[in-house]
Amino acid sequence: MAKWTATGARLAWLTDTRRWLVVVIAVLVAGGGWIWASAAPATGTYSERPPSPREGFMAPDFTLDRLGGGRMTLSDLRGQVVVMNLWASWCPPCRAEMPALQQVYDELRERGMVILAVNVTYQDGEAPAAAFVAEYGLTFPVLLDRTGEVGRGYLLRALPTTFFIDRQGVIRQVIVGGPMSEATIRSAIEPLLEETP
Amino acid sequence: MFPLLQLGPLAIRLPGLFLLAGVWLGTLLVDREAPRLKLSAAAFNNLVLYGLIAGIIGARLAYASRFLDVYAENPLSLISLNPSSLSPMEGAVIGLIVAVIYGQRQRLPLWPTLDALTPALAVFALSVGVAHLSSGDAFGAPTTVPWAIELWSARRHPAQIYEILAAGAILLAVWRVRASAPFAGFLFLLWVALSAAARLFLEAFRGDSILILGGLRAAQVASLGVLLLGLILMRWRARQEG
Repeated sequence: MAKWTATGARLAWLTDTRRWLVVVIAVLVAGGGWIWASAAPATGTYSERPPSPREGFMAPDFTLDRLGGGRMTLSDLRGQVVVMNLWASWCPPCRAEMPALQQVYDELRERGMVILAVNVTYQDGEAPAAAFVAEYGLTFPVLLDRTGEVGRGYLLRALPTTFFIDRQGVIRQVIVGGPMSEATIRSAIEPLLEETP
Repeated sequence: MFPLLQLGPLAIRLPGLFLLAGVWLGTLLVDREAPRLKLSAAAFNNLVLYGLIAGIIGARLAYASRFLDVYAENPLSLISLNPSSLSPMEGAVIGLIVAVIYGQRQRLPLWPTLDALTPALAVFALSVGVAHLSSGDAFGAPTTVPWAIELWSARRHPAQIYEILAAGAILLAVWRVRASAPFAGFLFLLWVALSAAARLFLEAFRGDSILILGGLRAAQVASLGVLLLGLILMRWRARQEG
């Protein structure tokens, strides 16, 4: 009996209409007030976030030497969708996904898309990288990260890692590991291509 | 943040591993809770298993349906291990539907079933927090508080730690109340209400909120709705049983 009354007393705030309404109104006022107090200023666009190697942030900028000569800067590609793939010639999944990347590049480059294959030259070598590119007949730009500045700046932890960057320079998706199938690559790029430059 | 464990050539994704550990610990708890509520543990494990499998398959199919032409050309890509080609929300809904259908066919009573699952849900919520800490997702807003952490190029609220602390406190509360719950469904609704309240409070410190209506945080508005719904259902159940 005693237990029942204790339970009954504990539940009074639920069964007694007036007390329950007081609880609900208190929740509404406190919750609504907190929502209002913690509302963020309605600016919060991506471009105000600092560059950082994760989804929703501006892609950190860099300038690297191109395999075969010349230099390339990431921010010069603003307005295009950029697929940035970090790879090494000794990494089997990187090898496995290169044909898919080349295929997608051939199909979609006309619509304003570029693939940047950044070789982690500081853990690889220029000669094996060049041999690899020739072997697979890659036609997109291949960049050489000789000092590891991009590898460090992009917190590279596993090869391959692929960053999908939109026309505004914002990282929209990061895929760690591979090999990515052609379907995975295309389904990551298509929505970004649809966006207006 | 430490998202990958490198073992020689093997890069193990820690966030996924933490989630898996959460599911595993959760099913252990279900095994303990089901008999106490006079429910079959085997039926419960099947419920969780079928729900999970349907959820994963559903998440991949839902993702592929958004890119039909791509997957029509390469149907084999449907069986890829890549977790980035999954639609988590759709997967969760499909998994839930399958679990509900299975539960109905096995004639599992709704409210006691949800109560038996509650400690598992609370453990899983905790593992989500740990996974967020490991991946750096669900990160905090920039701040100058002394306990700020350096993450994503700024000193930020350790929002993932807040999340873990809240989920841990809720797990503890649910675990202590479970034997003295006044009516079937109380435990589950309590967990829902506490989790919604925690999210409502903690979302304010997040740096990745989705904003609606000129700056309101969508997750807070949704949490307030869930919290009120929880209170309404609790009253309804209390009067039913009273």
